[in-house]
Amino acid sequence: MATILGLPTMLGAAVGAVVMIGGVGLITARSKLSNDTAIGLLFIGLLALGVVLVSSSDSLTGDLEAILFGQFLGVDATDLLVQTIALLVVCAISLYSARPFLLLCFDIDLVRTMGYKAQWYHRLMLLMIAATVVVSFQTVGSLLVFGMLLAPAGVGALLARRIGSMMLWAAGTGVLSTYVGLLASYHFSWAAGASVVLTAVAIFFLTLVFVSVRKSLTLVST
Amino acid sequence: MTNTAVVARRLAVGYSGRAVLSGIDAYLKAGGSTALVGSNGSGKSTLLKTLAGLLPPVSGALEIMGGAVTEMSHKVAYLSQFHPNGFVLPLCAVDVVRMARYDQRGRWERRSQTDDAIVAESMEMMKISNLGDVPLRDLSGGQQQRVYLAQVLARRAGLLLLDEPTAGLDAPGRAAYMEATVFERERGAAIVTATHDVAEASTCDRVLLVAGRIVADGPPAIVMTPENLLETFGIGLTKVGDHLVVTEHHHDH
Repeated sequence: MATILGLPTMLGAAVGAVVMIGGVGLITARSKLSNDTAIGLLFIGLLALGVVLVSSSDSLTGDLEAILFGQFLGVDATDLLVQTIALLVVCAISLYSARPFLLLCFDIDLVRTMGYKAQWYHRLMLLMIAATVVVSFQTVGSLLVFGMLLAPAGVGALLARRIGSMMLWAAGTGVLSTYVGLLASYHFSWAAGASVVLTAVAIFFLTLVFVSVRKSLTLVST
Repeated sequence: MTNTAVVARRLAVGYSGRAVLSGIDAYLKAGGSTALVGSNGSGKSTLLKTLAGLLPPVSGALEIMGGAVTEMSHKVAYLSQFHPNGFVLPLCAVDVVRMARYDQRGRWERRSQTDDAIVAESMEMMKISNLGDVPLRDLSGGQQQRVYLAQVLARRAGLLLLDEPTAGLDAPGRAAYMEATVFERERGAAIVTATHDVAEASTCDRVLLVAGRIVADGPPAIVMTPENLLETFGIGLTKVGDHLVVTEHHHDH
């Protein structure tokens, strides 16, 4: 909608993020649906709304691909600066709120009985996810950004035994996916954003196979 | 530590203003143990959640550890019946128990020797010291329950609210749990347990039989009569040796 109205796309994404945070809060408060379900539903709904709006506008149909799949090779110094600032802010908040965030992901009742403000930290976490999506979507596109949020974290969850190492595995997978994806994009003339996300998802499934085989071998040897 | 753990006057508990259990008048001492006994859906878990400050009371007055429940929730350790996210995160057993000490230190403070000693002691009480570095998702259901119980013990809280604490525990696990409750009570903590296990309830010094209301309240020897159990569960139960025998069915229940 921001594109149609001639407003900065970042502003549109930020408004969309606020709608999403409010919507997730509303859905989880009024139903027993999980955060993941609420985020997935709202994300798909907002994305579909965006596609409908853009496809209705004759002048913007060409931009649809950039909105959905991003412009990986069009990232300039300003974008990098914004992304770096967002990275530092998200890291700082994560460090400061590490304990309530971990409790929140593990057992929300524990957060409350320990005197932390569960709702406040829940909203803060959603805000951080929204901020990450907003600053990333120009690069990898709104359709693929969730792939980059989920696949590296999934690899970390499969391989790590501790939260700290899960975060390192996830960050490493993100970097590796970007490097390998861009190489593949260059050599095979694939879309850059899609190549990066495809690489991340491929790494996730390879890891899943590796972990399953390792587990089977361990069971056989014992 | 205050001498009173819970004071409830004409308390009603429930969801969205609708009471599922009402007419609760209770005075629970520090160091005492109380069992909430009732069938599924009788309001036991709802009462525990209200005592933990996770649900607002529908009506009536409630005081925890001498203060308002919202101000005292950090002095409460609550064991939930369900742990839906236990498998999602890569956490070892010791990490889960250490969570209990998070609110005992500043944001940037590292774990103290006291924290480590309490965590080790709690794990030892539940006989899971050897499982510290094992991922939670690799443990059996009973072992996970021991980890969650160790987490509750490590809180060193004044009031322990335990929802089906022995669910999934084997005989050694139950024995470890019983020893741990003795330790907690000697320390001065009050324990409130929700259970439908009549035998387990008879080890507490007070029993509240609940079925949408308080059917009976008092020492187990006095309260757990066949008539009261019939009214609570809809079936008549009589203790024969170490076993409970169904003697009668209540057709109106």
